[in-house]
Amino acid sequence: MSVNWRNVGLFAAMGVVLLLTAAFQSWQLALTILNMSLISAIMALGVNMQWGYAGLFNVGIMGFTAVGGVAAVLIAMPPVPEAWAAGGFGAMLGLMLGVATILAAVAVYKRMAPGRMRGLVIFAVIVVGWVVARFFFAPATQAIQAVNPASEGYLGGLGLPVILAWPVGAVFAAGAAWIVGKVSLGLRSDYLAIATLGISEIIIAILKHERWLARGVNNVTGIPRPVTRPVDLQPLPWVQELAVRLGWTVSETAAILSALGYAALFTIVLAILIWLSEKALNSPWGRMMRAIRDNEVAARAMGKDVTRRHLNIFVLGSAVCGLAGAMMVSMDGQLTPGSYEPLRFTFLIWVMVIVGGSGNNWGSVLGAFVIWFLWVQVEPAGRWLMETVTANMDVGSDLRRHLLDSAAYMRLLTMGVALLLVLRFSPRGLIPER
Amino acid sequence: MDILSALVTLTNFVMIPAFAYGSQLALGALGITLIYSILRFSHFAHGDVMAFGTMVVIFTTWGLQAAGITLGGVLPTALLAIPVGIAAMVVYLLTVDRLVYRFFRQVKAKPLTFVMASLGVMFITNGLTRLFIGTSERRFEDGARFIFTVREFREWTGLAEGLALRSAQAITIVAALLVMVALFWFLTRTKSGKSMRAYSDNEDLALLSGINPERVVTITWVIVASLVVIAGTLYGLDKGFRPINYFQLLLPMFAAAIVGGLGSPIGAIVGGYVVAFSEMGITYAWRRFFAHLLPEDMAPDSMLQLLPVDYKFAVTFAILVIVLIFRPTGIFRGKSI
Repeated sequence: MSVNWRNVGLFAAMGVVLLLTAAFQSWQLALTILNMSLISAIMALGVNMQWGYAGLFNVGIMGFTAVGGVAAVLIAMPPVPEAWAAGGFGAMLGLMLGVATILAAVAVYKRMAPGRMRGLVIFAVIVVGWVVARFFFAPATQAIQAVNPASEGYLGGLGLPVILAWPVGAVFAAGAAWIVGKVSLGLRSDYLAIATLGISEIIIAILKHERWLARGVNNVTGIPRPVTRPVDLQPLPWVQELAVRLGWTVSETAAILSALGYAALFTIVLAILIWLSEKALNSPWGRMMRAIRDNEVAARAMGKDVTRRHLNIFVLGSAVCGLAGAMMVSMDGQLTPGSYEPLRFTFLIWVMVIVGGSGNNWGSVLGAFVIWFLWVQVEPAGRWLMETVTANMDVGSDLRRHLLDSAAYMRLLTMGVALLLVLRFSPRGLIPER
Repeated sequence: MDILSALVTLTNFVMIPAFAYGSQLALGALGITLIYSILRFSHFAHGDVMAFGTMVVIFTTWGLQAAGITLGGVLPTALLAIPVGIAAMVVYLLTVDRLVYRFFRQVKAKPLTFVMASLGVMFITNGLTRLFIGTSERRFEDGARFIFTVREFREWTGLAEGLALRSAQAITIVAALLVMVALFWFLTRTKSGKSMRAYSDNEDLALLSGINPERVVTITWVIVASLVVIAGTLYGLDKGFRPINYFQLLLPMFAAAIVGGLGSPIGAIVGGYVVAFSEMGITYAWRRFFAHLLPEDMAPDSMLQLLPVDYKFAVTFAILVIVLIFRPTGIFRGKSI
């Protein structure tokens, strides 16, 4: 396979831009951008599997990333024994009864002959199951939330190493995707979009509201990190030596080292994923997927089970998004359900995939780097622009203050313009599909 | 046992709010369904376009208020500003169409490319709205707040339970009905409306009979602009204006359009009310209602709320899923492309 020098050049240019950021702004900023770009690249890979390989339009990326983030809490946080004692049993029983209700309803739907009787029985099963589950569930969760509500008030996690949360996050997201896919795949493509949009909003609503699970809007902070924190690095003698040799402050050095640690971990994950995706894309399976994408009718005529293949790839892609979500939470060390916004976590990833080049894994990765860089840097650029525009205005004027406050929204405008320009003039993206 | 009080409670807390909310959703869903049947794509920028149009109305309202022009303190000044908003949105949407969508129409792009383009438009519109008016909540209703208040109602009827009708709700319901009637008159009685329906039913046949597709598209955007501004203003009068709320209306509006049957205007209206009434009914605490109905010793001690209000999306979604599973084309047999 010959090396595509154009693509290498594009990545090298991106690297130079990041180095320039480090030189002119700061190493910390450059590394923060790099780390988030790596995570975004993984999300974009997941979306590219769904859209680029199979043509599935998933607008629920936010939900799948958030589900992955929950895994970080459930795996890594220490359990709260008092909360388990107070209501752990009731909450689990309630949840199981809820699941049993759904399973019973599905069983009735499958076993009974269609008709009004079946509808009535299903309705009765759901109502009875709901009431019984609520009977155990509601008091138990209230008891849990009453346990030391200022810092706990939830069941806590398993207290396992946080790295474990990454695969578990992927599994969680895969489970959610399986349910959504089961319902909405096989229907029209736009329906999948609406269904995923809905499920992602519901997932965020659950995270915000169910405080017994992950403290809801009170946020879980202090999640153990996979890389030593800067605070713990600072007292180490070799860190201090390094700081002296480089002429930086100790705290700066420690922060940079910690960020480099994350960058290394994320790069490993990304490299493995790209390797796997490239293998999959060039295997018979990948060719089948593209055949389905390009001509569903023909693929079906060839005996391919299109709906099942779609479900496969939908679950796989969402799992990758869940993995990225867990990685992000473990990097931030906190889960803040209030910060999940569809523009940032769903539509921005879409811009990355389209700009980078849908159907091409390297394209998605590059798109993630370019778009995330823009997303971060447009804000200071916008502020600078606004300051130039308003330089001649009266310092106290309302218009000037309003314009300066609004600089942050320049990034939304930029993203929209970037997306439209690429769609119009280069619909195959920066690195087109081969 | 007090059936009358129970009914009054229900009307006050469920029927009136749901009817107003449903009307707003129905107007939004009508826009989505029209775009879908003429331009054949799901318009994801709908919520943000709505916010943008409402923003124009709000600025105009403030201007009018500053100039001392009001509707005598009875009706909200915003009603006067609606035509300005519609004019602005017609210009905006037609510009967007010329700059963005027309190219994709000419190259006969796939529907999902249009959807992507509408995501781009969504970002830009979203950014513009926040750039001009910010993200915080803006109130712009003036005039009389209530048609009648809880106290007045109690004095008239002597009932223990109260019932209030806010002007914003009354205006919403009346205005939505007028708009719907006008739209159906237009679609069924005028030549332009008939050409729109013909184009939606069978594009090739419509082209053969000499219908100018660009003209149909232009008319569609003009109607969508009017619907969007009216729906957005009514929603803002009723619940206050925050850009993020308009963005979040996207899901219930799409659900309404799909539940009714994408491409069917009647379906969009019915879907709007179905979604609104289910949302309200399922997130309402029924305790007071049943406390009136049941004998005193059987009065319920729990809230009797099926789901907390935070889960109103879940209700919308559940309706959507049920419809998708059992009747994918919607109640009124919309089309699927």
